[in-house]
Amino acid sequence: MHIQLGGIDYAILLIYFGFVIGIGWVLKRHMKGSTDFFLSGRSIPAWVTGLAFLSANLGAQEVIGMAASGAKYGIMTSHFYWLGAIPAMVFLAIFMMPFYYGSRARSVPEYLKLRFDEKTRGFNAISFAVMTVFSSGISLHALAKLLQTLLGWDYNACIAVSAFIVLVYIFLGGLTSAIYNEVLQFFMIVLGFSPLVFLALKDIGGWSGLQQKLIPVATSQHFAAGTWSESWKHMGSSLENPMGVGWFGMTMGLGFVLSFGYWCTDFLVVQRAMAANSMSAARRTPLIAAIPKMLFPALVILPGMIAIAMYYAGDHFLPFVDNNPAKGIDYNMTIPMLLAKYFPTGLLGIGFTALMASFMSGMAGNVTAFNTVWTYDIYQSYLAPKKSDAHYLWMGRWATVFGILVSIGCAYLASKFNNIMDMLQLVFGFVNAPLFATFLLGMFWRRTTGHGAFFGLLGGTLGAAFFHGLALSEGADVGIKGGWIAKEFMFHSEMGQNFWMAIVAWTTCFALTIIISLATKRTKSDEELKGLVYSLTPKPETAHEPWYKQPVTVGILVLLATLILNIIFW
Amino acid sequence: MNFDLRLPIGIMFSLFGLILVIFGAVSDKAIYEKHSLGININLGWGAVLLVFGVFMLFLTWRASIKPAQPQRRDKK
Repeated sequence: MHIQLGGIDYAILLIYFGFVIGIGWVLKRHMKGSTDFFLSGRSIPAWVTGLAFLSANLGAQEVIGMAASGAKYGIMTSHFYWLGAIPAMVFLAIFMMPFYYGSRARSVPEYLKLRFDEKTRGFNAISFAVMTVFSSGISLHALAKLLQTLLGWDYNACIAVSAFIVLVYIFLGGLTSAIYNEVLQFFMIVLGFSPLVFLALKDIGGWSGLQQKLIPVATSQHFAAGTWSESWKHMGSSLENPMGVGWFGMTMGLGFVLSFGYWCTDFLVVQRAMAANSMSAARRTPLIAAIPKMLFPALVILPGMIAIAMYYAGDHFLPFVDNNPAKGIDYNMTIPMLLAKYFPTGLLGIGFTALMASFMSGMAGNVTAFNTVWTYDIYQSYLAPKKSDAHYLWMGRWATVFGILVSIGCAYLASKFNNIMDMLQLVFGFVNAPLFATFLLGMFWRRTTGHGAFFGLLGGTLGAAFFHGLALSEGADVGIKGGWIAKEFMFHSEMGQNFWMAIVAWTTCFALTIIISLATKRTKSDEELKGLVYSLTPKPETAHEPWYKQPVTVGILVLLATLILNIIFW
Repeated sequence: MNFDLRLPIGIMFSLFGLILVIFGAVSDKAIYEKHSLGININLGWGAVLLVFGVFMLFLTWRASIKPAQPQRRDKK
């Protein structure tokens, strides 16, 4: 299943990467100190940080994965946007950004150090640093594997070339370079995939034609007729939908714990907002991102739904996993196969470049988050404190090289041992799930202590692991998928199991942090917590700004629009 | 301050737009029958990219003339 790229497609690809590297090159002379390199000198306007905020999350998982999910589960995938992203982004803008930006912390772990203590920061910094290089490696592996399958390119060469491009532009221009390229990639994705959606939707007879053709997809899998085209109607219980998740697990697990844990505490995205040129711009960053995010299902989920409808209508253009019919449809090929089907040479170059760009900027996002946390929170804190700023800038550049080399190692690890990667992602899941409880209590309850936060977090992580040992989804083998203590809780799907694991981890952390905080002495006075805790911080004054620059007003409008979308596609 | 990001975006998309428009005008129409439902999508979408690119360039140009005036006054 090769795609044939023509000369014009290669020309577009080369021009794009020329611009990517060129931007890094021009930015090089602006990199005078470590804050320029790691925080873009806090000088970026809101529309740029906003689009970068969105793009940093728009890696391989998003484009390929959400289209795959659209084919597999239908419009229910939109919950990852309208339920699992927008509310958390609005919360970050209104309530949390004042602490991140206002405290002058340079990273999320550093905020934890200011608010709690060294051990809480260390735990977060180290787990985050390891996680980002592995994620970057996984992006790299996925890209190389895709190019190998589609174009017949050499796997090793793909790894080397992609890693080199990312290395060059971050090494030269630091976070600014990554952010600028993320914005470039945002426009590539939007302008590259819109004609795909237009052509595919026209081909299938518009939205009503699609709804009709999705009925056999649902009924042949023994679900109600509208399951693929209605987002909430089939969530009464986990048996009614292909995701195998009920409304409570979805709302609490994805909508609250996982979503807020990711969007509000993951330094990869928060770093983009921290680079903004003012408090007002920092708070508007997630809101500006929320507007395109709201519409992204049309760009990434809809093509998947169209593809599966066509497949069931007899157009078998999707391949099987490893070309083996017994393994089922390879949903990850949805977007590449649609590109090959609808794009003639020329536009194919744009579409393909957009796809490659999304992998690379996913990788770059991880690398910039890694080099910052490594340099500020690990190197400067534990290994070499009190060095000159020029020294940390130097370290940041070499941390980029180091991070990319480790990513390459991880990519090869992923290509050889799939289980190691599953294992790591599982462990990261344990660490991440309880995190939002710590932040919520830390920001809104001044009584929360360092011991409470640290042991609560540890307890939540262990709680997640323990629950994983007791739970298993139908048809899965005992082991990495769970159930290694006992098969106590059975789920209809792995997704349901994950959502519930997150709920358990969060609740454990929340309860433990409160209990331990009440039992231990406060180590930080009200004075020290100013700017770090909600009740002790003066509210940012926004009354003099026009309405579209006021986070609360814009936030409410964004939430209303999201609600309307949910109702339309209910 | 860093440079205006709209400049490279504008140049790049104008360039992509131009390439697609020209290619769309000269290319064999059979590829559109095969792929894009008979629509000359290279020509059509190339024009969209070109308009977007030029608009970005216009914004860059407009922003560049505005702050230049007070700066000149400072120098005097």
